[in-house]
Amino acid sequence: MRHTLSTRSVTSLVSRNGAFGVLVVVMVIGFLTVPSFGTADNLRNTALAASFLAIISAGMTFVIISGGIDLSVGSLYALAVILSADMSSHGSWAAIGVPIAACTFAGLVQGLIIARLRLPPFIVTLAGLTGIRGLVFYITKEGNSHPSVPGKPFFETVSRGSVLTIQNPVWIALAVFAAGWYVLNRTAFGQAVQAVGGNDTSAALMGLPVRRVKVIVYAISGVAVGISGVLSTGLSGGGQEARVGNAYELSAIAAVVIGGTLLSGGVGSIVGTFFGITLLYVIQNLIVQGFNLNSYVQQVVSGVFLLVVVILQAVFSRRSETE
Amino acid sequence: MTSTAAHTVGRSGTHGREDTTSWVRERGVYIALALVILYNVIFTAHFNQWDTVQLLFAQMPPVLIVSMGMALVIGTGGIDLSVGATMAIASAVLAKFVAPASSHGFGSPIALAIAVALLAGLAVGVFNGAVVAVGRVQPIVATLSLLVAGRGVALVITGGALVELFNPFLKVVRQGQVFGVADVMIVAAAIAVVVSVVVRRTTLGYRLVAIGGNRRAAVLAGVPVRSTLITVYAISGVFAAVAGLIATARLRASDPSYIGLLMELSAITAVVVGGTPLKGGQVRVLGTVAGAVLMQLLQTTLLAHNIPNSVSEMVEALIIVAAVYIQRPSQSAA
Repeated sequence: MRHTLSTRSVTSLVSRNGAFGVLVVVMVIGFLTVPSFGTADNLRNTALAASFLAIISAGMTFVIISGGIDLSVGSLYALAVILSADMSSHGSWAAIGVPIAACTFAGLVQGLIIARLRLPPFIVTLAGLTGIRGLVFYITKEGNSHPSVPGKPFFETVSRGSVLTIQNPVWIALAVFAAGWYVLNRTAFGQAVQAVGGNDTSAALMGLPVRRVKVIVYAISGVAVGISGVLSTGLSGGGQEARVGNAYELSAIAAVVIGGTLLSGGVGSIVGTFFGITLLYVIQNLIVQGFNLNSYVQQVVSGVFLLVVVILQAVFSRRSETE
Repeated sequence: MTSTAAHTVGRSGTHGREDTTSWVRERGVYIALALVILYNVIFTAHFNQWDTVQLLFAQMPPVLIVSMGMALVIGTGGIDLSVGATMAIASAVLAKFVAPASSHGFGSPIALAIAVALLAGLAVGVFNGAVVAVGRVQPIVATLSLLVAGRGVALVITGGALVELFNPFLKVVRQGQVFGVADVMIVAAAIAVVVSVVVRRTTLGYRLVAIGGNRRAAVLAGVPVRSTLITVYAISGVFAAVAGLIATARLRASDPSYIGLLMELSAITAVVVGGTPLKGGQVRVLGTVAGAVLMQLLQTTLLAHNIPNSVSEMVEALIIVAAVYIQRPSQSAA
C-alpha cells in the first residue's frame, strides 16, 4: 500500500477535485431547479449553519491525516457550548477562553494517552466520547440545567456580528481553514503530520518527533472544537441541551472523507474538507428547500452520497496504484 | 483462553515471559469482572437476589448478540458501525409486516415478519461485506455510510413514527422463561457457544483470523478473502437483526429512532474490553461476553449506589482505557 509521492498527489488531486466537481454540479442544479436556493439570504444562512461543523472538520483533518481519528469531538463540542454559557457570567473573555482551554486540554490528554501509552486512537477517543459526555451531564446536573448567557455584548457580537453582510462565524471558519492550510502545507510541522500519517516508523527513522506530532494534532482538534462551541453559544445565547453535538463526530469524519482525505492517513487535503462540509450542507439545504423531504430521508440521501463518494475514491486510488 | 492456533495465525506467536504481568494481561477482563461481582456481593444490598440476575438476563441479550458479530468482524481487522442502524431496520421491517392494515402494515403472520426482518439484516450485512471486500473501502467508512443512512431507511419504512406492537409472540419473547432463565438469554448464550465453536473449530474461523492477521499473507495462502469477509459481515448483520427483534419485543413497539441507538459503541466496547485487539487477527469470544457483562454490571452497580448516570459514564470511559491498556500486546513491536 505504499504510494510514491507522485501517485499520492494524483490521488489527492482527483479526490479533491471530485468533491469540488460534485459541489459545482449540485449547486448548478440547485440554482436552476430550486428558486429559493439561490437567494442571498438562503446562501448566507447555509454558510452560517455549516460554519460550526466546518471548524470541527478542519481540526479533524489534521488528526486523520496523521493516521488517527477523533471520535470525541461531538462530546467536546457540548463541553465547549455548556462551559461557554456557564462562564459568560464571569465576562466575555472567560466565556471565550475557558472552553477553548478546556477542549485543548482534553485533546492534549487524549493525544498523550495515544502517543505515550500506544493505545489505538479509536478506543481512546471512544472513551473520550463517553467520558466527556458524562462530564457535560455532570456539569449540567444530569442535563437539567441549561445555562444561558446574561447579555455579554462583546462575546455575542463576535458570533452575531457580520462583515460585508456575511456573519462572523463564516469568516472565522474561513480563517480557520486558511490557517489550517498554511500549517499543513507550508510548515515543517504540517509536513511532519503527513509523514507520520504515511508511515510512522519511517517518520521516526527520519528523525521526526512522532509522539509530539501525534499529541499536537489532538490538541489542534480540541482547539477547533472549542472555537466552534464558543461561537455556537455566542450565537444562540446559551440554553442549549446537554445532548448538543451528538453524532457530530460522524458528520465531521464524513466531511473529511468526502473531501478526499484517506482514513489510513498520510494523504489528505484541508481544501477538500472545506468542499466536503460545504457539499454536505448544500445537499441538506437543497433537500429541505427544493424537495421538502423529511429529515430521515435526508439521512438516507447523506448516507448514500457518502457511500458513492468513498467507493469512487477507492476506485480512483486503486487505479492510480496500478498506473 | 486464546492459546489455540487459530488465534495466533499470522502473528509472531507468544513471546512474553510467563510472569504475572502477562498472566494479568491475558485475564484482565475476568479479574475485573470478578472484582465487580465481589464488590457487589459485599456492598450492594439485595445484590444476591435472583431478581438482579433476572434483570441482567433481560437487559443483556441484545448487546451480547451484537457483540458476537462485532467480535468476528473485528477479528478480520474490520469494524461494523452499522449494527445499531441494522437493529432499527429489522425492527421497522418487523413492524411493517406484522402491524395490521389499519396502522399501514401488511398484517402478515409473525413467522413471515421475523423471516423478512432477518433477511433485511442479512442484506445489510452482505452489502457491507461487499463494499469492504469487493469495493475495498475501509470498513469504518463503508459501515459509517449505513450508520448514517440505515436509521433513515428504518424511519422511512415506518413512516417516521413509533409503531406499537401487540403481537402475542413478542410477549413470549419478552417474558418467556425456561427453568427460570429468560429465553432470550438462552438464545444469546447459544449464539455465543456457536460463535466460539466457529472461531475455534471451523475453516471460517481460521480464515477470518488469518485475514485479520495479515490480509496479503492470507491471499497468498489461498484464503478466499472476499467470500470470507462477506460471510463475516453477513453474520454481523443477521445477529444485529436478531438483537433488533429482541429489543423490539422488550419495548413492545418499533421505534426506529431509539432501537439500537449507540449499540455500535457498546458492542465495540465489549469486544475491546474483552481483550480482542482492534487490528484483528484474534477473536476472544468468552472475553467479549465477559466484557459485555462487565460494562452492564458496572452500570447497574453504580446505579444501585445512587451514582448519577453522568459519573457512571466517566467511570466507563476510564474502565475502557484501563482495560485496553492492561491487555495491550507486549511491547515487542517498535
